[in-house]
Order: sequence, then structure tokens, then C-alpha cells
Amino acid sequence: MKRWLTFAWIAALRFLSEGRMQTGFILGGIAIGVGVIVFMSAMLTSVQTNFTNRVLTSQPQISLQPPDEVARPLRQKDEVIEAAIVQRPTQRVLSLDQWQTILARMRARTDVLIATPSVSGSALAVRGDASRSVGILGMEPDDYFRIVRLPDYIVSGEASLGTDDILVGLDLANDLGATVGDKLNLATGNGGNRILTIRGIFDLGNKGVNERNTYVQLRTAQSLLNLIGGVTDIALTVTDVYAAETVAKDIGAILPVKAESWIVTNAQFFTAIRAQTLSSLLIRSFVGLSVAFGIAAVLIVSVLQRSKDIGILRAMGSSRGQILRIFLIQGGVLGFVGSLVGCALGAAALLAWHRYARQPNGAELFPLIVQPSLFVWSAVLATLTGVIAGIVPALRAARLDPVEAIRG
Amino acid sequence: MADLLVLEGIRKSYNVGTPVETEVLHGIDMVIKLGEFVALMGPSGSGKSTLLNIIGLLDRPTSGSLLIGGEETTQLSDADLTKLRAHTIGFVFQYHHLISAFTARENVLMPMLVDRGRPDSEMEMRADELLDWVGLARWRDNRAMNMSGGQQQRVAVARALAMDPLLVLADEPTGNLDTASARSVFELMRRFNVERSTTFLFVTHNHDLADRCDRIVEVVDGRITEDRVNPEGKSRR
Repeated sequence: MKRWLTFAWIAALRFLSEGRMQTGFILGGIAIGVGVIVFMSAMLTSVQTNFTNRVLTSQPQISLQPPDEVARPLRQKDEVIEAAIVQRPTQRVLSLDQWQTILARMRARTDVLIATPSVSGSALAVRGDASRSVGILGMEPDDYFRIVRLPDYIVSGEASLGTDDILVGLDLANDLGATVGDKLNLATGNGGNRILTIRGIFDLGNKGVNERNTYVQLRTAQSLLNLIGGVTDIALTVTDVYAAETVAKDIGAILPVKAESWIVTNAQFFTAIRAQTLSSLLIRSFVGLSVAFGIAAVLIVSVLQRSKDIGILRAMGSSRGQILRIFLIQGGVLGFVGSLVGCALGAAALLAWHRYARQPNGAELFPLIVQPSLFVWSAVLATLTGVIAGIVPALRAARLDPVEAIRG
Repeated sequence: MADLLVLEGIRKSYNVGTPVETEVLHGIDMVIKLGEFVALMGPSGSGKSTLLNIIGLLDRPTSGSLLIGGEETTQLSDADLTKLRAHTIGFVFQYHHLISAFTARENVLMPMLVDRGRPDSEMEMRADELLDWVGLARWRDNRAMNMSGGQQQRVAVARALAMDPLLVLADEPTGNLDTASARSVFELMRRFNVERSTTFLFVTHNHDLADRCDRIVEVVDGRITEDRVNPEGKSRR
């Protein structure tokens, strides 16, 4: 008998160790439940962090563009509308009005980390008999690559750009049969035409993006798109990525620009993340609930089995509080020990998954993020669940009439 | 000798306030003096166990007064009753009722552990001393289920004496034992009574054992029908 343990702890631990099979089965149940929760939580965190990183490193967090052109209905003095049918105007490639001033104001904001101008438009990339329509994005590489980490995604060549250089996606390069050092002829709808050298090939992990996106120097894009001295976008990164929408709305309210945050442009992505989080939360809650019911059921049976012992302990002078504590401690210990085994199971499952679930080339599907706090929280929550699940059985035990209990 | 127990007009009814209200004790008056060894006899269903539970503060009387060591107990709270019971009364039941999860020594130690909260060497020494006294020192680390009925009942006697109570209530402690074991258990209790002046209230159907008690009280249908002193009790050991 351990001298540092109190009566309630001694009795609780002894009752658990005596009913070994019962304790073993419920510990197995709790361990599986906690293991599933740990595995699911780590996977969800990893998938979401990985997706968010990919989204954030392949596009600006806020993009400032010229406002959409709108047709104004003509009205006479007496408010009679002259043209009843108003056709939607075409959206030409236009420069941001006063973009230098806007850029300077953006760079002065404390919630903006980087602001850099860019020009985007579409063109036809031709190599020999093959041609593909592409989007060209002209920018200042030093700043822009701090926003969009293109150098991290280069699979061939390098991410340095001269005025006659271009970076293309892996799928476009394949379609055009081009490699690093090959020349591409880029022609735009407004007559611009340049022959550019492929300096690097990137893989952003998305076939559509790899087929369409090309990157050139700002001046190259300005001349191709006939937008000398103009820019079509200002790309921003902000101090708090999740506050991007608030910052975008603020900018849109004070400047004559269309400010779109990554949160709005990736609304579907966020909806998917929310749905995933919600469904995972539901699954984890139900697993937790079934663990709690399991613990409660085992403890209720234990109270029934031990009612004579409880009666004897009461006759010896143990208080209702002591009896209550014996069963609450049992619930807590079951939850805690079960969670330790469950954490080990979850960690083993994660390691196994990381080892065996691989891409065809052997690379990991996505980096696994396992935070120690996940295990701590799982253990704390499982212990609390155990104590809470023990409340009903413990109250039942504490309320037992010793005379009835001894008589059986 | 001073009065240890004073019962006045103790009545006990079950299902009070319902059409099936049943009174099982119809006004028990009794005084038990310190150091007495009293046999409580009577047919099954006569109310002996109910009376014992009331005296043991496990149950409350419907009416009447119960003084233990001069203290009126019927108005005490549950917590106070529990405390008084722990320090004043020891129990020995018919079916020994050792806690199977614990060893013989731990069972004897249990009332002290319940009272003081944490085990200490003094408790362990006291438990060993009592087990030695009931002749089970060798078996102290055995679990209850690995002992014979007689041995278990002797452990139960040692447990009842652990807190050095003023009163031991024994509800047919020999009823389930063979003659030799019954005699041995009875003699243990009698010896403790003589050596330590501990008061015993001993429920039995065994006239042979009852004749060895200082006093015999007979309860029939919830009433005391006979209460006689047995001066030869001590000498007939």
C-alpha cells in the first residue's frame, strides 16, 4: 500500500486492478477512441496547413486592381432613361490609375508587409507548330518572389529573370516540348510580340496553373500588353493572413481600386476547409461521447458489483464524499491511462501512414504536422471525460444505503 | 459500570405514510453497560438486524431515543453519525464481508485508513498486532478469497477491533461457520471483551454460545420478550 496515496486513490486503483478484464477492455476502447481522435486531428491540421501554405505561397494575399468598368445609363433632365437596354461593358486591360501613389500608400501601411506592382494579361505562346494560350504576369522579381515563392517551386533552371526571359509551368513546357534555354514566341491580342528565353520551369502542383501561368519582368509584360508605364495589379502581403479580408475592405473603402483578398478569391477552398473541420469535429465528438458512455457503463457495473464493499466501507465510517471520489478517480484514471495508450496508437498510425502512403515517386503526400500539444490536450480531455463519465456512477455509489448494500 | 447504550421507545417502520406501512420494532427499551457481552436472540424476522442497524447508526429509528456514551444520536447529521460510527462502533457481519480487492492486513487496516486518510507505519503495526492476536499473522498478505470461511471471519473480527471501538456489533458472525470455527471466532470476541472491556452485542441463534454471554436479550416480533443476566456466562468459557 503506497503511503503517499490517500484512501480514495488506494481503493480506486485496487478496484481497477482487481477487475482486470473489465478494466482492460474499457482501456482498449478508450485507447482506440483517443487514437482515432489523435490521428484525425493531426491529419486535418497537416492537410489544412499544407493547403493554406500552398495557396498563400502561390498567390498574393491581397490584389489591388482597377475597378470594373460599368456602363452608365443615359438620362435626360427629367430622369427619363434614353437607352432602355444597357450592354455590359467589356473589361479592357487597364492600368491602375495613379498606381505609384497607391503603391507608396500601401508601403506606408503598418498592416502591409510587402507591396509590389505587376501587369497581367493573356497571350499566345508559340513554339514551332505548337501554340498555347497563356496568362503572362510581369513583375519585379525581388519583391514579387517574396510574396509568391516561385523559386521554391522551380524544378528545372532558375528563377532569375532578365528582360528577355520567361518562367513557364511544367505542363506548358511539356505541351510545347520546351526545356530551359529554349525560345518561345509570345504574341498578344493588341499586337505585342516578343521572343523570350525559358530560364526556369516551375511546378505549382496544379495542372491548370502549370499550363497557363507564365512569369516575365514587369517591363517585358508592359511592352507585350501595350501598357507602357502602367500596372494592372498591386500585390500585397499582410501581417495577419487571416485578417486579409478586413484589410482589403479597408483599402477598397479609401482608394478607387478593387481590393480582393485571398480569402474571397479562394472562397471554395475555405468552404471546403470549414466543411472538413466541421465533419471532423462531429466525428471526434461522437467518438469522445462513445468513450464517455463506455466508461460510465463500466463504472455503473462496477458500482453494482461492489455495492457490498461500498456498504462495508460506509459502515466503517467512510463518508459519501470518499465513496464519490473513489469512482470519480476510477473514471479519471481510465481516461488518463487510456489516453496515453491512445496517443501512442495515434502516433504509431501517423508514422505508419507517413511511411506507407506516398506519391508514385516516393515523395511524401504532404508534410505531417504533429504538435506535442495535441497529445497533451488529448490526455487532458480524455481524463476530464473519464471524470465526467464517472459522475453518475459515483453519485449512485455515494447514495447507496449501507444497510441495503450490505444486505445485497 | 457506566451505561454505554440507552435505548428508549425505539420504533422502526418501513414504507411510512403508505398503505403498506409496517412497524417492525414496537418500542424497544434497553440499557447496555460498558464491557457487557450481550447475546441478542430471536427468530428470523423478529427485528434483531433492524435493531442492530439502528444501534450501529446505519439506520435511523422512526421514533425514540438512542444514546451512545451519553450522546443523543437521533438528531445528528449523516456526517456526524458517520464520524461517531467510525470511532465508536465495530461491525462483524454474518458473511464476513471482507473487501476482496485487499489482503487480510489491508482489510484490518481499512477502518484506520478511512479515518486518517493515508496509511502509516502505526496503522500497519496495529493491523499486524491484531492479525497476530487472531492467529493469522502468517496469512496477512493473503487475499480474502484465498482464505477459509473461519479465517475470513477472524480477519473480520480483527477489522472490527482496529479502531479500538467501545462497542462491537456482531450480526450472526458464527452463523455460517462450522462448530469449531464458530467456537474459535466466539472465543476471540469473548477474550477481547474480557481483556479490553469492549462491549459486544452478539446476534446468534446458537443457545450454546448465548449461554456463554453475560446477558441474553430475546426479541420476538419487534419486542423484547426476555432480558436476563447470565452470571455463569464468563465462567463457561
